[in-house]
Amino acid sequence: MNVFMLGWEFPPFISGGLGTACYGLTRALNEMGHRIIFVLPQPINAPETAHVQIRTPSDRPGALKTYNSYRLEEFQNVEFHAIPSAMQPYSQSTPGGWQSRIHADQRVVAEPRQTVVDDGSPEGPGAPASHRSGGGIAAGHYGGNMFADIQRYAEIAIDLARGENFDIVHAHDWMTFPAGLAVARTFGRPLVVQIHSTEFDRSGENVDRRIYQIEREGVATADRVIAVSYFTRNILINRYAADADRIDVVYNAIDNNGGNYVLPPPIRRDEKIVLFLGRITMQKGPEYFLAAAKAVLQFEKNVRFVMAGSGDMIRRSIELAAELGIGHKVVFTGFLRGEDVARVFRMADLYVMPSVSEPFGIAPLEALANDVPALISRQSGVSEILSHVLKVDFWDINEMANKIVAVLRHPPLQSTLREHGNFEIRKLTWRGAAENCTRVYEKTLSQPRRQVI
Amino acid sequence: MASVCMYFQVHQPYRLRKYSIFDSGHNYFDDERNAEICRKVAHKCYLPANQCILEQIRLHEGRFRVSFSLTGVVLDQFAEYCPEVIDSFRRLAETGCVEFLAETYYHSLAFLRSATEFEAQVAMHRKKIESLFGATSRIFRNTELIYNNDVAAAAHRLGFVGVLSEGADHLLGYRSPNFTYRPPGVPITLLLKNYRLSDDIAFRFSDRNWSEWPLTAEKFAGWVNQVNGCGHVVNLFMDYETFGEHQWVETGIFDFVRALPGAVMAASRDNGFKMPSEVVEAVPPAGELDVPHLISWADTERDLSAWLGNAMQSHSLQEAFNLEEAVKATDDDLLLTDWRRLLTSDHYYYMCTKYFADGDVHKYFNPYDSPYDSYINFMNVLDSVAARTK
Repeated sequence: MNVFMLGWEFPPFISGGLGTACYGLTRALNEMGHRIIFVLPQPINAPETAHVQIRTPSDRPGALKTYNSYRLEEFQNVEFHAIPSAMQPYSQSTPGGWQSRIHADQRVVAEPRQTVVDDGSPEGPGAPASHRSGGGIAAGHYGGNMFADIQRYAEIAIDLARGENFDIVHAHDWMTFPAGLAVARTFGRPLVVQIHSTEFDRSGENVDRRIYQIEREGVATADRVIAVSYFTRNILINRYAADADRIDVVYNAIDNNGGNYVLPPPIRRDEKIVLFLGRITMQKGPEYFLAAAKAVLQFEKNVRFVMAGSGDMIRRSIELAAELGIGHKVVFTGFLRGEDVARVFRMADLYVMPSVSEPFGIAPLEALANDVPALISRQSGVSEILSHVLKVDFWDINEMANKIVAVLRHPPLQSTLREHGNFEIRKLTWRGAAENCTRVYEKTLSQPRRQVI
Repeated sequence: MASVCMYFQVHQPYRLRKYSIFDSGHNYFDDERNAEICRKVAHKCYLPANQCILEQIRLHEGRFRVSFSLTGVVLDQFAEYCPEVIDSFRRLAETGCVEFLAETYYHSLAFLRSATEFEAQVAMHRKKIESLFGATSRIFRNTELIYNNDVAAAAHRLGFVGVLSEGADHLLGYRSPNFTYRPPGVPITLLLKNYRLSDDIAFRFSDRNWSEWPLTAEKFAGWVNQVNGCGHVVNLFMDYETFGEHQWVETGIFDFVRALPGAVMAASRDNGFKMPSEVVEAVPPAGELDVPHLISWADTERDLSAWLGNAMQSHSLQEAFNLEEAVKATDDDLLLTDWRRLLTSDHYYYMCTKYFADGDVHKYFNPYDSPYDSYINFMNVLDSVAARTK
């Protein structure tokens, strides 16, 4: 099958679950022999990396020369097209992230729209109205406003798709939905949108209406919707009025070869380590972790709490640790990547994911793959598929502490969780996810096209 | 001649309440829930099944006979929550056609960890049965039919003439469970469960995918009758909760029980029912059966892995028995009872990780969401018990 995929980050840019999921799924689809045109935003100012091999810079006459095309050796069936863009999947890498840019956007929203700089390419009758009527901003130029950037991204995606051969369009998360919709409409192909997280997960009840609208339109318009869990599927049904019959669940996975023997840490310390790893944002529940830490310290003194990650609540979390009087027991490492992630897992006795609303949650799988037992929030998609972990409601601080203390006190609990957990994740492969995804594609292609106006 | 020997296990544990590190009281058990379950099962199973059996004993004028093993902890809960069940068992005892077996009072795994505690619990149970039903048990069954040569030796030492166990294939090989056996060097008779016929009733009775469904008493009596010529006794051992609780009344299980005695005896004049001590007297051992390794009636493995299959289970059981001396040294009867209730095998069964992800029979009996939760709760309670010994 030929798939036009609107995805996210690839190594070494991966900063979270969305990138990890796109990478894992695409790699497995590639191995299954699907041909993929993979379009992704390229962070502006990101350094060129050696392992990205640019082979075929786009030089088709008349095209908007605003993307880099390349191939990666381990992805034989994938063509990558990176569109320089400030779009980022999360708000973590830059202070405030896109949320602060949305606020900037609100200030300029009344400004007259710029007219698109026409590139002279012939416009098919199916081109989106916005493209013709000047809904976007000057191509190849970042206008400093998120929603315009998303629109501009869609236009470049259409240009990029011209002349390509694909059966289906697959878009990951809201920022790529306008592009997915535009490409699907322009070229008359069915659209699959995949929801890795919703605005309600990220922002609680304080949703940005415009983001909500984009998500809602994507879900309502797509031929089929992939949710990463039933947890997310339920949110789509209950809060987006999505048609339940069109939503399939495809769980994320982890590639763990099973022979992942992890050496014990070089120095055996007498201090236990409880790890939080993820973006330090409202969605991830850092304050519940700290409150539980405080409770644990009433019972166990020889324990340190490590918070690895960055995010818009990091300052608040540092202050909270101090207010709770446990500042000396909590370590903030900042954002970790690559080998540092493996290293911090290797040190940990327990990984805790206290998320308030977690559509999936790949990090617990990584913990288990690294032989670290996990305590996860029941308000997560991953809790639907894991049995050999501890589970807790994110708000139940005392129960969280109860379970953390048990792991610290009783080595047999830790070892049983570790053995069974590491075994359990071996069946959660990306190959399996890609097979499920392929079934969704087949279902999409075999169903009558939806008449969307 | 084929005799049917029926033994029903009657047991309910004292389930623990939710006990976290923040708890400090000494009320460890979920009284409300235990009462509720006890009353529920009494009304669905114990009372109607007892009535059913009583009618059959009367109808067949003593030729229908059965045996029960009632744990001390279930009797204590009956006394507290639904005493009419004890009266109902008394009426059965008065017929003379019902035998009560001996076991550890707390349905415990004591045999595996402490000979002293094991013997103390067997003695307690004997006394309890004598005081309630006026009869002394002569047959022993260890918790969950856990058995090896040493269990037989211990039972003999305590004065029992027979002991029950599982007729596990890996043990018997070509031999049949429809004979009695003798353990090496110990003059005691071994009765082995015919697990195929027992499970036809206990597990498959209502299974519509089973090729023999629906199971009628006549069909079953025919299978029993086939034993004639290659065995003397068909040991049907099962949980009493089979009747009305595992197999609901709607499945027709009570009608089956009502029809079974007549059907078995009608199939051949030689067929009849015997209580375990009658089997011991009437059926001399066909040979010696050497069981060096521990077996049980649980799961397909028929081993101890349901209670001691992972590190949490062996750790918690060991930790519990590590407290034995300290608890007994306190002379605190309430503490001793609390501790003993923690020895009940069910607590360790709840921690079993076998099949946990698949969701099966283990889940049905488990008040916890996960084996890990049950271990954590148990260890918190055990910590509190340990603190009381200091």
